[in-house]
Amino acid sequence: MSGTFSNISAVTKKELYSYFVSPVAYVFMIIFLILIGFFTFMLGGFFQRNEANLDSFFLWHPWLYMFLVPSVGMRVWSEERRSGTLELLFTLPITAWQAILGKFIAGCLFLLLCLSLTFPMVLTVKHLGDPDTGAILCGYIGSFLVAITFLAISGLTSSLTRNQVISFIISLVLCLLLILAGWPPITDLFVKWAPIWVVDLVAAFSIIPHFEGLQRGVIDSRDIIYYLSLIFFSLFSTSVVLHSRKAS
Amino acid sequence: MINVENLNKWFGSKRAVNNVSFNVNKGEVLGFLGPNGAGKSTTMRMITGYIPADEGKITVGGFDIDEDPVKAKSLMGYLPENAPAYGDMTVTAFLRFIASLRGVSGSERTIAVERVIETCFLQAVRHQPIETLSKGFLHRTCFAQSIIHDPEVLILDEPTDGLDPNQKHEVRNLIKRMSERKAIILSTHILEEVDAVCSKVIIINNGKLVADGLPAELKKRSAMADSVIVKLNNVKYADISSRLEGIDGVDSVMCLSENEHSCETRVIPKKTDGNYQNGLAEKVYHEASDADWEICELKTDEGRLDDVFRSITTTDDR
Repeated sequence: MSGTFSNISAVTKKELYSYFVSPVAYVFMIIFLILIGFFTFMLGGFFQRNEANLDSFFLWHPWLYMFLVPSVGMRVWSEERRSGTLELLFTLPITAWQAILGKFIAGCLFLLLCLSLTFPMVLTVKHLGDPDTGAILCGYIGSFLVAITFLAISGLTSSLTRNQVISFIISLVLCLLLILAGWPPITDLFVKWAPIWVVDLVAAFSIIPHFEGLQRGVIDSRDIIYYLSLIFFSLFSTSVVLHSRKAS
Repeated sequence: MINVENLNKWFGSKRAVNNVSFNVNKGEVLGFLGPNGAGKSTTMRMITGYIPADEGKITVGGFDIDEDPVKAKSLMGYLPENAPAYGDMTVTAFLRFIASLRGVSGSERTIAVERVIETCFLQAVRHQPIETLSKGFLHRTCFAQSIIHDPEVLILDEPTDGLDPNQKHEVRNLIKRMSERKAIILSTHILEEVDAVCSKVIIINNGKLVADGLPAELKKRSAMADSVIVKLNNVKYADISSRLEGIDGVDSVMCLSENEHSCETRVIPKKTDGNYQNGLAEKVYHEASDADWEICELKTDEGRLDDVFRSITTTDDR
């Protein structure tokens, strides 16, 4: 249906407009690029490694996204709820899914833009050596998937509250859990008392192994399904929350 | 166009809307009255499909709001309470956004945006971000978004709230102009507004429909309706009261004001007698000329909507 696409694209355009009309987008981009550079060169030891790859670059992406992406996603629904525009939006002839997708796509495009502005890294590594282009491309795909997964999660927490600070903190904690889920300090919490399948389940939620595979240049359908199912689950929950808590 | 049947809504254990039914046809302006918290906004939110009804059926232009929400919503324009709008957008960008979601696109969209900017007097602020607008402009911007697709049904929650008297007058004229071709519901607690624009009135109190009718009919329910006010020169109230009470069909007489030059008196007819309206004033006139009183003013009170409103919405509380 053409109406569906035009509705989604209208919402997407409006969201992108909102990103760039306020300083949020520019602040985000600058901070993201400065931090990614700092982490890669100072903490990641890009030069000391003496390898023509972007491992020390991608290594930090989930950590940066953990607190930067929620700052983009926190306002998506909270702001609508706080200012009352949710009522305006949901009495227009569009479905909740069209609004959710429109906003999600706008966030994805914005994050894609930020990520693509890191292209000097690729040029640097190309200049210094002969890196595996396929692996770099896969690394970028993986990084993007991590970013939009976090975006979907912060969209969900944003739909739960009209307070952006609460939304930010909850989504930050959820993202942190996803990053840490596979790490021994977290799994050790379960090892002592829970059956092994629970430990495995918790570990399986970890986002890092799914990202590492892509960084190595391996596109595994299981990794892609992992990201897509997390995104779908978050977006679906957002629609459920919005349906049930519109008036509050 | 709008059909509401046995609408019910609970918020927890509180029954916010209690078995409300009404309908609005094309060409009608329904005034939706009630004290704050009576359930006006809740009812409007259910009609516009923002919150679901717990019981009952709402159809707009033949489309059920539950079963066919997108079609029903596309027929409606809605001005929510407090006029929400995206603060970071400019007026023009906001109107363009709403227009495209309303299915108005291309050159049609440009024309529609220009049209509402003109009808709502927004030329001066068209490139200003909405968050910098004064309340009157904000309200008119939100009003403009509700009519951008020239809808057949218009739902306005307190359309003149926060406007100055001139702007109120403009908005009322606008509503009146549009009313021929549309079905309009407007909620308000300003009673003069009902007199000015509405062709039908319903009053809601504690979620229940307590009155329903034409504005003139409702006014008749006022205790003062059909009473005659007479102002006489050079008489004392004490001298005339018994004579006025003696007129056939008069229930009571009360003094409104008195000074050394004149005396203003209200003559209240017996309610049981049917149509007194013209008769009583005439009788008072004859009585006065028989007694050689000098009449300064003589008029029949139509009754006042706020009296009716107050009596209906306060007795029900007990």
